[in-house]
Parts: sequence; C-alpha cells; structure tokens
Amino acid sequence: MSVDLQTVKRVAHLARIAVSEEDAQRMTGELNAILGFVEQLNEVDVTGVEPMTSVTPMEMKKRQDAVTDGNKAADIVANAPATDENFFLVPKVVE
Amino acid sequence: MSDLTHLTISEARAKLRGKEISAAEITEAYLSAIDSANPVLNAYVTVTADKARDMAQASDARLAKGEGGALEGIPLGIKDLFATEGIHTQACSHVLDGFKPRYESTVTTNLWADGAVMLGKLNMDEFAMGSSNETSYYGPVINPWRRSRVDTVVMPTTHQGDGGFVSAGGTRTARTLDNAQLVPGGSSGGSASSVAAFLCAGATATDTGGSIRQPAALTGTVGIKPTYGRCSRWGIVAFASSLDQAGPIARDVRDAAILLKSMASVDPKDTTSVDLPVPDYEAAIGKPIKGMKVGIPKEYRVDGMPEDIEALWQQGIAWLKDAGAEIVDISLPHTKYALPAYYIVAPAEASSNLARYDGVRYGLRVPGKDIIDMYEKTRAAGFGREVKRRIMIGTYVLSAGYYDAYYLQAQKVRTLIKRDFENVFAAGVDVILTPATPSAAFGIADEDMASDPVKMYLNDIFTVTVNMAGLPGISVPAGLDGKGLPLGLQLIGRPFDEETLFQTAHVIEQAAGRFQPEKWW
Repeated sequence: MSVDLQTVKRVAHLARIAVSEEDAQRMTGELNAILGFVEQLNEVDVTGVEPMTSVTPMEMKKRQDAVTDGNKAADIVANAPATDENFFLVPKVVE
Repeated sequence: MSDLTHLTISEARAKLRGKEISAAEITEAYLSAIDSANPVLNAYVTVTADKARDMAQASDARLAKGEGGALEGIPLGIKDLFATEGIHTQACSHVLDGFKPRYESTVTTNLWADGAVMLGKLNMDEFAMGSSNETSYYGPVINPWRRSRVDTVVMPTTHQGDGGFVSAGGTRTARTLDNAQLVPGGSSGGSASSVAAFLCAGATATDTGGSIRQPAALTGTVGIKPTYGRCSRWGIVAFASSLDQAGPIARDVRDAAILLKSMASVDPKDTTSVDLPVPDYEAAIGKPIKGMKVGIPKEYRVDGMPEDIEALWQQGIAWLKDAGAEIVDISLPHTKYALPAYYIVAPAEASSNLARYDGVRYGLRVPGKDIIDMYEKTRAAGFGREVKRRIMIGTYVLSAGYYDAYYLQAQKVRTLIKRDFENVFAAGVDVILTPATPSAAFGIADEDMASDPVKMYLNDIFTVTVNMAGLPGISVPAGLDGKGLPLGLQLIGRPFDEETLFQTAHVIEQAAGRFQPEKWW
C-alpha cells in the first residue's frame, strides 16, 4: 500500500500537525519508503496466531477504588502556557 | 583532580567509604570536566552544578556517619527523558519548552535514595526517536571516539629521539586521529558519550528499540536494557509504552550491575512493574560460566555485515567456549520481521502517547485562529522531522480501514518473534550471543542515512527483537575495528535473568579488556 499527497494531508490533520505543501510532498516520499519497508510483514503466515497484548504474562494489578492523591491544582497548572485561577486557558471553543 | 573522573563506580565507592576521597571532590572533578568538554561534545543539555554540590555535601555528611547508601556520593548524568523535579525535562524536544516537572521519576527517586549525586540532564534524540542523537532539539552529541589511521613512517637515521617509537630498522608507527566527528549512537547518545568521555561516573538511559545498547556499543561502554517491567516507567516521558525500558550505561559490567540494582524496583505507580524482588546483580559477577549453553542465532548473520563484526562475533564465541560454555547453533526464524513490525508498533504507540502535547497543559503554545489551529501550529513548531514522521506513520496505521492490515498483523508477528525466543530457551539455551550493531560509529550528517529513514532504522536490526519480546539484553565492548572504533557484542537472556547477562558479559570483558578513547576534546 502507498499513500498519496491527499492522504498525507488528511493524516496530518488527524494527527493535528500543520503541514505546508512542501512538507506534505516530502512526507509522502518518506512515508512510502517506510510503508514499503513494512510491507514484508504480509508474507508471514499468522493463521491462528493471537496478537500480542502483553509482553510479559502478568495479571493486571488492581487497587482500592479510593482517592489517594489530590489538592495539587497549582502543581498541575504550573507548567501551562496560559492559566487563570487554576484553570487552563484555551481559545474559545463554544460560540 | 581529573584522575577522580577515571574511577569506576566500584572504585569510587571503595574510596568514598574509606574516606580517601570526598563526594565533594569527585563532584567538583566531574563538574570541571563537563565545563571544558561539554562545549565540544554537547552531551549535557543542563548542568545542575548547585544541586550537585548540595547533594555531594549531604553525601559526605552521611558517609562521615557511616550511613552511606549503595551509591553514596557517586555523580551521575540523567537522560532528559526522566522527570526530575524542578529541573529541565524536555525529552530534548521543543514542544516541552520550559517544562519543569513537579514530580520525580521512580528510577531517579531510587538513585537519590541510594545517595547518588545528579550532575545534570543528558542530551538524547527527540522523544528517544533516533539512532544517532541527531534529532535532538539541542543539536547532535559528538562521540569522544574518532577514527584513527596507523602509518609506518621511515625515519632518517640522523633524526631520532623526537618522542616517536624508534625501531631498530629506523621506522616508527604513528597513530593519527581523523578529524571527522562521529555520532555516539542514539537515542541515549548523551548518556553514552558522557560515560565514555568521563563526564559522569554512570548514566541513566532508556531503550525502546536499541537506545541503550546501540550507543553503548558505539562508544565502548556497557549498556543493559533489563526485562520489560524491571524498572518502573513512572515519570519517564513515554514513547512506545509496551517497549520502553530504563537501564544504565556504565564504564564496566560491574558498574552497570551496581546501577541497575538501584534503578530497578517494584512500583505500584506503574501497573507493568513486576512483583519480583530485585536481586544483587553484582553477586553474579565472577561466577564461572562452565557448562552454560550459549545460543548463536544464524539469522543474525546479515548480508553486507562488515568483516570486523563477523570476526568480533567469532572471537566472542571463542572466549565463551574457552571459559567452558557450550556453544549451540540456534534459529530464530522471525528475526527479519522484527524491525518492520517495530516500525508499526512503536509509531502507533507514539502517535497515541504524543497526543498529549497540545499547547494547553505544558510546554510550547503557538497561537491559532481557533483551538484546532492552535493545536496544529503548536505541534508543527514543537516537533522535529523524525518525530512528525513517526506520529504520521502511527496515525496512518491506526486509522480506519488500515488497523487490521498493519497494527494487528504486526502484533501477531510480535507473538511469533517472542515464541522463537521461548522455543530456544525451552530447549535449554541460557543466553544468546549476537553482535550489538551492524556497524561501528558513523559520521555526523551521514548522507545515506539522512536521505533514507529506513537506512537509519537498520541500526537497530540486532537490538529491536529484544524489545519486541520484552527480554533483557546487554551490550558489552569486545574490540576495536580496523579504524580503531569500538564494537560491542550483545547477550540476550531469559525474562528477569539479568544475572546471567552480567555473569557472561563479565567473561567477555575480562577477555577483551576495556576501551577508552584517546582524549582530543
């Protein structure tokens, strides 16, 4: 499978990365080189093979459903580019 | 003073405990070495001199009371991927501009609890994506190793005694260092370069596809990626969560064992942290390997592999045989599919993990006309080319209609790769010996690799299988190539059997000796 310029632009938008026409052209070539490389996986017979979901067999750890942390609002917003009274500020999203 | 930087961790530990040296002295020695070397090697992105001095002072106080921890007073470098409270933590990306976490990673918390001293944060490929440390926002790291040429010079008989090695026949050999700058490998290039150049006693690193073992091999240092689940991933910037593991890069096998013992722990904050006590890895060093079964996988003999690497591999086999190991030929039939499967699984997980960098909660924000425009502009400006490439691949292979063809297929192939190893271990093989990399260190801005991303990816051909199967792997320096550059051998072990890796790597180290670059920086 290979990608065309339109697909690259669509994927860039899905990934929320602005791309210029020139970026998209370059990426088309690079992505096709990588997709060409991974193509060889199709020759592997995977009949009856389960996809890997956990690299080491281990039981999912569970903990009490209880509050163990909190009162850290100032820490949480400390690195944000724009905040107001412990809220993150973003451009208007609701008209 | 500069001699102090040449002590291994075990040597420094003995001198610190014996009060022959102080933590303050060894810390100053490293800070001064960094001061003069870093403008050239670019291994550190931040030096925390004040913090280092404070920590060293506290260490000296504990040592005076006889209360020193396992790493008391040992100065370490920390890869920029580990969250360090109040200190530069950006995964060497522009998108995390100015980020100073309000928390400390579990691995570094463990190191400080054992008394280690932090010298600063180490350069790396952006988000650990790269094999040459050239994708860092902070510029490439330079390998302290350079190629050298050995010339035989005929001496005029009247001219002697100028300091050269004059032989009976009137000739001498001169070793000339080439000026070309080489990469230290990646992504833990800053870790490897700083350890090799004596800018820290040891360093933390991480390995998703070879990012500890490949740079260790390219710089003549020892690097171990432990079994998935051995070191907590909590507080480590995530790249590909099912593959990422932390581990140390050190100057010798014993130092790597000492560091891993402190880094590893059982951590309730990481659900994939395994509930197994951390063994005393150092105790495994020096145990005989007589009767141990060492597997040699035929699939690792790849086309176009330099003769030097094949010779090194044969030498490694001979050393282990001499030490009493039984050498057996084995087959890992799905080896060639590990790298293509990795280039689906790792970007898929990365595209999801890196979705969090949106200009809202931390790091860079580039304003836009609406929120989507702000996201897109922030991410376009914040991520470098390689990171964008991988996010794009990941987004594509996970997108509607392609998930089964790519991601599901890759995860099935991954099951087969793991099964190959399980079969070999079930047949009684204790450890597998392979080359660590397909070549020695290459030049900065290598044109071949720059023009084709897949060529760069091939650096990880021998290491990536280990991540795909979640196994432990160690890279140990085993010799120099014809141009005087270090080469490494890799040992792969059973899950959570790091002890056998240290034990066997030590045998190779004893036979090969240790390697250090000629100082030019």
